[in-house]
Amino acid sequence: MPKIDWNEYACEGLYDELLASAGKPRPAAQAVCDYLSSISTQEVRDLKTAAEVAIQVMGITFTVYSDGDMIDRAWPFDIMPRIIPSHEWAHVEAGLKQRVKALNLFIDDLYNEQRIIKDGVFPAELLEQSVNFRQQCVGIRPPGGIWAHICGSDLVRDKDGTIYVLEDNLRIPSGVSYMLENRNVSKRVMPELFQTGRILPVDDYPAQLYDMLAAMSPRQISEPNIVVLTPGIYNSAYYEHAFLAQQMGVDLVEGSDLIVGSDDCVYMRTIDGLVHVDVIYRRVDDLFIDPEVFNPESALGVPGVMRAWRKGNVTLCNAPGAGVADDKVVYAYVPEIIRYYLDADPILPNVPSYLCMREDDRNYVLANLDKLVVKPANESGGYGMLIGPHSSAEEQAKFAELIKANPRNYMAQPTLSLSVTPTLTDDAVEPRHVDLRPFILSSGTDTYVTTGGLTRVALVKGSLVVNSSQGGGSKDTWIVDTSGQGQVQGQGS
Amino acid sequence: MLSRVAENLYWMARYLERAEDTARLVRVSRHLMLDFPGTATLGWSSLISISGADEIFDEYYTERDAANVLTFLCADRRYSGSILGALAAARENLRTTREVMPREVWEEVNRLFLECSEIFSGTIDLRRLDDFLRVVIRGCQALTGMLDGSLSDTPARTFCAVGGYLERADMITRILDVRSANLLPRTPDDLTPFENLQWMSVLKSLSAYQMYRQQVRLRVRGPDVVRFILLNPQFPRALYRCLNNLHRKLYTLPRATLACQRVTELLGMLATEDAASLADSPDRLHAFVDELQLGFSRVHEAIQGTWFAGVDSPAPVVAD
Repeated sequence: MPKIDWNEYACEGLYDELLASAGKPRPAAQAVCDYLSSISTQEVRDLKTAAEVAIQVMGITFTVYSDGDMIDRAWPFDIMPRIIPSHEWAHVEAGLKQRVKALNLFIDDLYNEQRIIKDGVFPAELLEQSVNFRQQCVGIRPPGGIWAHICGSDLVRDKDGTIYVLEDNLRIPSGVSYMLENRNVSKRVMPELFQTGRILPVDDYPAQLYDMLAAMSPRQISEPNIVVLTPGIYNSAYYEHAFLAQQMGVDLVEGSDLIVGSDDCVYMRTIDGLVHVDVIYRRVDDLFIDPEVFNPESALGVPGVMRAWRKGNVTLCNAPGAGVADDKVVYAYVPEIIRYYLDADPILPNVPSYLCMREDDRNYVLANLDKLVVKPANESGGYGMLIGPHSSAEEQAKFAELIKANPRNYMAQPTLSLSVTPTLTDDAVEPRHVDLRPFILSSGTDTYVTTGGLTRVALVKGSLVVNSSQGGGSKDTWIVDTSGQGQVQGQGS
Repeated sequence: MLSRVAENLYWMARYLERAEDTARLVRVSRHLMLDFPGTATLGWSSLISISGADEIFDEYYTERDAANVLTFLCADRRYSGSILGALAAARENLRTTREVMPREVWEEVNRLFLECSEIFSGTIDLRRLDDFLRVVIRGCQALTGMLDGSLSDTPARTFCAVGGYLERADMITRILDVRSANLLPRTPDDLTPFENLQWMSVLKSLSAYQMYRQQVRLRVRGPDVVRFILLNPQFPRALYRCLNNLHRKLYTLPRATLACQRVTELLGMLATEDAASLADSPDRLHAFVDELQLGFSRVHEAIQGTWFAGVDSPAPVVAD
């Protein structure tokens, strides 16, 4: 019976999350590598099939649009976990807490005193040109000074093993339900590995999310009314909205379920009558949330909800306008932002960034388009990017024009050699590039970071694109407890 | 429970009941028509009127022949009261409320819709009509069973039941109306040889024939049939029982006074009308059915206003 032979695994010249080199699993990954090489490749394929069946039975889907049709696709999942030792994770966790704390202080400052601009740390013209700065939010102080209650930060690891923050998602970050479901699938498929008790659990998230949302209630009552606001079934993340509402035991509402009364409070229409709503976990974009204030065409929002929010009668999570800090140009300033507000050096580094608005940077970018990754400041989902080494001369010429026409809108970063991890392909195990999206919850008094996060994997050989809408997959992320023992016990060999 | 969710469940149940009952209506009409070949065209035409769909039918079709009418009632998605249209509408209503429903209900609705669309793509193959109608009726009954067997006694279940009973009441009266319409020859002389036969068909379309025979041991007669279908307290597709059940369900909901009162008014109409005499007077039967249907609309409006209220009809604020 053929088995996986880690000696033949080709990860030379790359940082592999599971193996230090061919045939040499890292300590935290020893158990899983031993297990996978102890069973036949047929049995490994059986695990894959079992996972696919589980995903179908559990109905884990995401929605894609194709030629105007809406298709529910099964969630793409690779059974081989991505593993991080707990002592390393503790460092990342501290870095994320620090970062999100500074970002919340930054947003609150921008909408109020703007000390950071007056002190000359952050350029005023950047704010003036920001498409995510909301004039309607000026002068507001949400409870606890928190704007980005839920943050999803994308982390990547370079060839030398350094973990960088690639971007922060402060508007409506998604993916956390898949983190939870990936774990459920793994447990079903490989229960043996969980019996060691060394893989830290992730299931606490819905309870933490609920507690954070409840703590944000403007009314100090024992059971505030919390709702999840979804754009509806045609949204690509509807599965997640329904999942989170269900897990927290709160109502999943659409815009038309809510009304704002003459008392400027938000009410939910139920069969018992109108129920006062305290906290809205909104998964509708800022610009669609209130047709009275933003896009008047929006049928997804709630007329008057901004009025209720400004008066402090309801808490919106995340707060409107929080996106001002997840702009990719603002990103470049995060290290200074951390130093400015917290008087401390950043624990987690940023990827070096070139801002095309700065002349020197721009010239460097234009001269090195074939080596850099160029990103528009305000796009997400991997759209509108130029990946230099994989691009044609025409594409580079097109981007050169775009940059010259609107330098503020572009920034560039060196192409990192993203880390890889063993991934099951049709007939073998091969290294594939991964990133990681942990989620950070902030209530002002408490900060919570998920144990690991959602690992996304580029399933196509050599590809760096991990987005599920563009052929990416996902993996369960294991934070393995390495305290006490130098070596994790292998099993099953 | 959210008003929107309640409303979607209510409509889901109404559309499922409509699909099933339309299938019954088509089945009984077809069988009747086979016994009265000479009057067929007139009969098909009144089937459209009974369904209250004259306007939309005339928009898309010119001739009211068997093929057009059957295509329209069974498979025309442009008409939400057609069987396929109703199944599609039930599916859309359930799609947004899947979370509150047992998973197997969604799967069954989905499966039923897909199976039925497969049988007819575009036009009706009359040879497969009976198959189609059987699939619809059976599928809808399977769903009724699933809801009964797997849904907890919560408002979700109540709104499904309310929608189902109200639609059923409406459709019972429409099926009865087949008798009163210009479907059959009016002069008693023409009618006599067939009288027994056509009342039997009405019973059969409601799956009521056996239950009727168990309770009424005489040969099938018009007055007895009308009385049975309107007033029988035991048979599930008798109007009286249906409205009683509807009342009982509505009563469990908050702020149900108005809706319950509207149902009580309907029960009052049933109590005062001399049901048996309606059988011999098609025009009076038709007028009575019209009155009942206005009553059903009033029940619907009360339900809509009380529980699904739009922004315009403010509901009371619930104290914490």
